Amino acid sequence: MDFDLSEDQRLLKDSVDRLVADQYQFEQRKKYMREPAGYSAAMWDQITEMGLLGLPFEETLGGFGGGPVETAIVMDAFGRGLVLEPYFATVVLGGGLLRRAASASVLGALAPKVASGKLKLAFGHVERHSRYNLADVSTTARKDSGNYVLDGAKSVVIHGDTADKIFITARLSGERRARNGVGLFLIDPATAGVTRRGYPTQDGQRAAEITLTNARVSAGDLISDNALPIIEHVIDEAIAALCAEAVGAMQSMQDLTLEYLKTRKQFGRAIGSFQVLQHRSVDMLVAVEQARSMALFAAVMAGEENPIERRKAISAAKVQIGRSARHVGQEAIQLHGGIGMTNEYAVGHYFKRVTMIDQLYGDADTHLSYLAAQGGLFGKVA
Amino acid sequence: MDLNFTPEEIAFRDEARHFFRTAIPQSIRDKVAEGEGLTRDDMINAQRILNAKGWCTVNWPVEWGGKDWTSVQVYLYQDEMQQANCPTPIAFNVSMVGPVIAQFGSQEIKQRFLPATANADIFWCQGFSEPGSGSDLASLRTKAEKKGDKYIVNGQKIWTTLAQYADWIFCLVRTDPTAKAQEGISFLLIDMKTPGITVRPIITIDGGREVNEVFFDNVEVPAENLVGQENKGWDYAKFLLGNERTGIARVGASKAKIARIKELAALEFAGERPLIESSRFQEKLAAVEVELKALEMTQLRVVSDERKLAKGRQNPASSILKLKGSVIQQQLTELLMEVVGPYVMPYQRDFEGNNEPIIGPDYASEAAPMYFNYRKVSIYGGSNEIQRNIIAKAILGL
Repeated sequence: MDFDLSEDQRLLKDSVDRLVADQYQFEQRKKYMREPAGYSAAMWDQITEMGLLGLPFEETLGGFGGGPVETAIVMDAFGRGLVLEPYFATVVLGGGLLRRAASASVLGALAPKVASGKLKLAFGHVERHSRYNLADVSTTARKDSGNYVLDGAKSVVIHGDTADKIFITARLSGERRARNGVGLFLIDPATAGVTRRGYPTQDGQRAAEITLTNARVSAGDLISDNALPIIEHVIDEAIAALCAEAVGAMQSMQDLTLEYLKTRKQFGRAIGSFQVLQHRSVDMLVAVEQARSMALFAAVMAGEENPIERRKAISAAKVQIGRSARHVGQEAIQLHGGIGMTNEYAVGHYFKRVTMIDQLYGDADTHLSYLAAQGGLFGKVA
Repeated sequence: MDLNFTPEEIAFRDEARHFFRTAIPQSIRDKVAEGEGLTRDDMINAQRILNAKGWCTVNWPVEWGGKDWTSVQVYLYQDEMQQANCPTPIAFNVSMVGPVIAQFGSQEIKQRFLPATANADIFWCQGFSEPGSGSDLASLRTKAEKKGDKYIVNGQKIWTTLAQYADWIFCLVRTDPTAKAQEGISFLLIDMKTPGITVRPIITIDGGREVNEVFFDNVEVPAENLVGQENKGWDYAKFLLGNERTGIARVGASKAKIARIKELAALEFAGERPLIESSRFQEKLAAVEVELKALEMTQLRVVSDERKLAKGRQNPASSILKLKGSVIQQQLTELLMEVVGPYVMPYQRDFEGNNEPIIGPDYASEAAPMYFNYRKVSIYGGSNEIQRNIIAKAILGL
């Protein structure tokens, strides 16, 4: 058992930490957000040059063969910077789907493009009524003279407005919530019949609503004809990545709050000298550390091939992250007082990001229900 | 980063698992599982079994029977012991006075006390708290005046756990009333049979007798029973209190309670279905399991870190172990009581010693007393509010 980072992981951490510290100060981020894409083109180039976009791919594909722990290292730093660039959509979701679902030839053709920053990806899966049920796909794919015709709509597709290609799920067969028959396509958003409406999200990122009306795609765009188990694994990896991002954001809220308590003076003394605020800060610390522990657990378990064990662990982590983040976020605002309410100050932006993370791929209660129905984490020792 | 144990660690875990589940009598482990009080003989028997294997004083220096184990081995040892419902070695002996004597005592005092302390030939109790000195321990007033080759001790200790079983008590006493609070305190070992000592029980809200008041009225203590130097007792007490870092979370014990709660919830009914199938109940339990898993991971982080940190330095995460561990232990006693239902009501401690059959299922009678009793967990050893004060200062720098 060893929680230490390897030498390579340490180097990776140092470089992403430095990137965020040097280039992602709160004022810099505001500028990036005002660019047309909603993020910084120059920053995207820099992330590319650092090789981060190739993280999940083998070296022969232009990557460096990283796993969930390396992803967590990057996402933790990005959480501290509230990074806007479509790393999660392109590399964690898109890269994960490519790696797990695509044929060797498709992977061989596309992974190097992703790694070199030329191909941004997004994943359109969730629909208006599916909420957190990954099997709930109503969008249809009808075979028609060697092509597929897609009809339906995809909701809140993260960075779907700027992606060069979009993974879309559509039902090839089966009832609406059937586990079998979910097809995974990789389509060009310029395809006739595909529309996308981009918009900002609450946390300053971007997403799109995507509609598919008689959208005709080629048979070669079908990546998998029974994609649900793959999607579940990729979403589990994505949740582990979001857990790490949330921990980074929570750490920043804790740091900002602590700094504020030490400098803000009222009644002639630093407010951090008041015991009631000290105790609440300690409870924030406990919540952050418990979340950090579960984010590590998620990173280690994201690679687990037994889907039940993996899902239970990921669910447990998402519960802890959701609950810790809500506590830490609310307390960070409260302990700051009025300044915490202002859009000009950083803490509220972290609060908004972790609040959105809870709503992604299952909130704390959804995952608690799943974990509970599976019998929980602990049982009798055999 | 690798959360898997090495083959050697797994072999060690399996050895520990087998040992705790076969060498310690089932009757004792059943009592621990149900939260029944152990007799003095139970505690001594269990400790001697551990000591015979050399697994009692693993935290002591090797020359006095300690083990040069890795922090992972210590973790696995504690986890398996707790999960097997094996009694922890008498804490006053093994976690408290033993390490202090081994660290600060003279060679004579080590020879005289350490082997007997390890084997529970001496049953120790702890004389720290006083009626006016709880969280503010350094304000203690029990005084020891040097007269020739003796100390004359006068005063009162309180919350003295298992003083009724104890052969000896280790006390913090004031030897210099003129010095600053922390600087006039000494660490003194006192034979409980010495004339002038009176032990009075305090019955707690669960109806049990765990704690006592101990009165000292002109008690004569040989000066050779002083540990280390006079007026340095506060340093030794701080060493004692800072010693226990990871076992304090009691993750293994909480795992055992969860397993027990699941067993019992399958026997009780909520409507037509077993309680364990109620989604409301499942979710309440799962919520605690998530917290416990997080705590276990936090503990493993601390354990992993201990190998690298200089001795005496602590990972900041270690300070949350008691805070979170205590609350989880308490939540599980609540859940256990909820599982049992109406049969938590009969109060059956007055029945001890007679042969009437117990009322209700045999697992029911201790559920409510354990719930009441476990309120202590967030109070003893520095209340959770004191823990927060410590963390705020030492870790957050507030």
